[in-house]
Amino acid sequence: MAGKPKLHYFNGRGRMETIRWLLAAAGVEFDEQYIESKEDLKKLKSDGWLLFQQVPMVEIDGMKLVQVRAILNYFATKYNLYGKDVKERALIDMYCEGTMDLNETIMVLPFKPADVKEKELAEILEKASTRYFPAYEKVLKEHGQDFLVGKQLSRADVQLLETILMVEELNAGILSTFPLLKTFKARISNIPTIKKFLQPGSPRKPPLDAKEAAEVIKIFH
Amino acid sequence: MAGKPKLHYFKVRGRMESIRWMLAAAGIEFEEQYIDSKEDLQKLKNDGCLLFQQVPMVEIDGMKLVQTRAILNYIAGKYNLYGKDLKERALIDMYCEGTVDLNEGIMMLYFKPADTKEKELQSILEKASTRYFPVYEKVLKDHGQDFLVGKQLSRADVQLLESILMVEELKADILSTFPLLKAFKGRISNIPTIKKFLQPGSARKPAMDEKTAAEVIKKFH
Repeated sequence: MAGKPKLHYFNGRGRMETIRWLLAAAGVEFDEQYIESKEDLKKLKSDGWLLFQQVPMVEIDGMKLVQVRAILNYFATKYNLYGKDVKERALIDMYCEGTMDLNETIMVLPFKPADVKEKELAEILEKASTRYFPAYEKVLKEHGQDFLVGKQLSRADVQLLETILMVEELNAGILSTFPLLKTFKARISNIPTIKKFLQPGSPRKPPLDAKEAAEVIKIFH
Repeated sequence: MAGKPKLHYFKVRGRMESIRWMLAAAGIEFEEQYIDSKEDLQKLKNDGCLLFQQVPMVEIDGMKLVQTRAILNYIAGKYNLYGKDLKERALIDMYCEGTVDLNEGIMMLYFKPADTKEKELQSILEKASTRYFPVYEKVLKDHGQDFLVGKQLSRADVQLLESILMVEELKADILSTFPLLKAFKGRISNIPTIKKFLQPGSARKPAMDEKTAAEVIKKFH
């Protein structure tokens, strides 16, 4: 029976959050089955549901999709968030890969040993403010359009907003030198599907704290 | 002037090799501009050629594409190596992301501290033989076709062959328990464009070694 996508992951952001964002932006409702114990994960594996024994996994259209980018690519295309042609797709891919590189470092931060955490945090903020945000500020400045690529919302806008908000959780003033990203943030946040996702009670997950990180390690290691 | 793609990277495999494979498989000639010194890299940055101050970068069709996956997606799409529809693309993406994960471990191997290298090597070989290769063997077994996805060569075949050959460089008999992958390797290697790439004098780069890794570290860190 064709139904809602079903997400398999633990009850946290991790590598699934970008997928939640994309589905929400597309206005697609989804179910989530949380992995809460080692046994839950083992069952998924022994049932042969995880191609490479890993999550995220999303059940959609008769498939059990794994690998974050495979999942994102599928949904972005299906829900028309991947640009109008191969050149727009190339730009979208570049911009998205940048946000994903930055997200990766943020995602692993709670799992770093206490003695390196401060240094890692400083590096994240430095990369955000000297490598990534200037690139997106410049893109917006040069074309003066509302969206990063083309004339409509794409996954690049959604993924950039996600990243901006996560960096702001680490340093609230990070956009102070990026006026166009500030207005971008407000503009994209106001899109009805996204606005809804940003409200309490949505599937959006909170950031992980040290205690939760320790619990995740127990499940997966 | 529309010309050959131009690749900007170090004269090593690294993150550019999968791109070389893809272009070669598609029968596309390309040029390479090697980064031989810190100054070379700085010049690219100063000239504003690198969106996120990083290589790989490929000049193609009037664009300066960065981010390995963005480049691979563009080339695969342009040269018909990305399946015939959305569902084939999803399978291709899943399979490719698996090989990329495996490649990442191999690529980083020579940059690991000497005392962890042996352990890392064993970890790579274990992942190859218990997580990745069994999956591809099963895909081939389940459908009995020549190519991983659909009825024609796709990037999934190219990327899997690349991974197989790289793992074999670490352990020559890694395919001894994977008869279908053995046959797959023979078959895909014989495709004329790929056969040409596998011959001496092609754009294919040799495996990383201790000496070269040390030089790369010295030059760029």
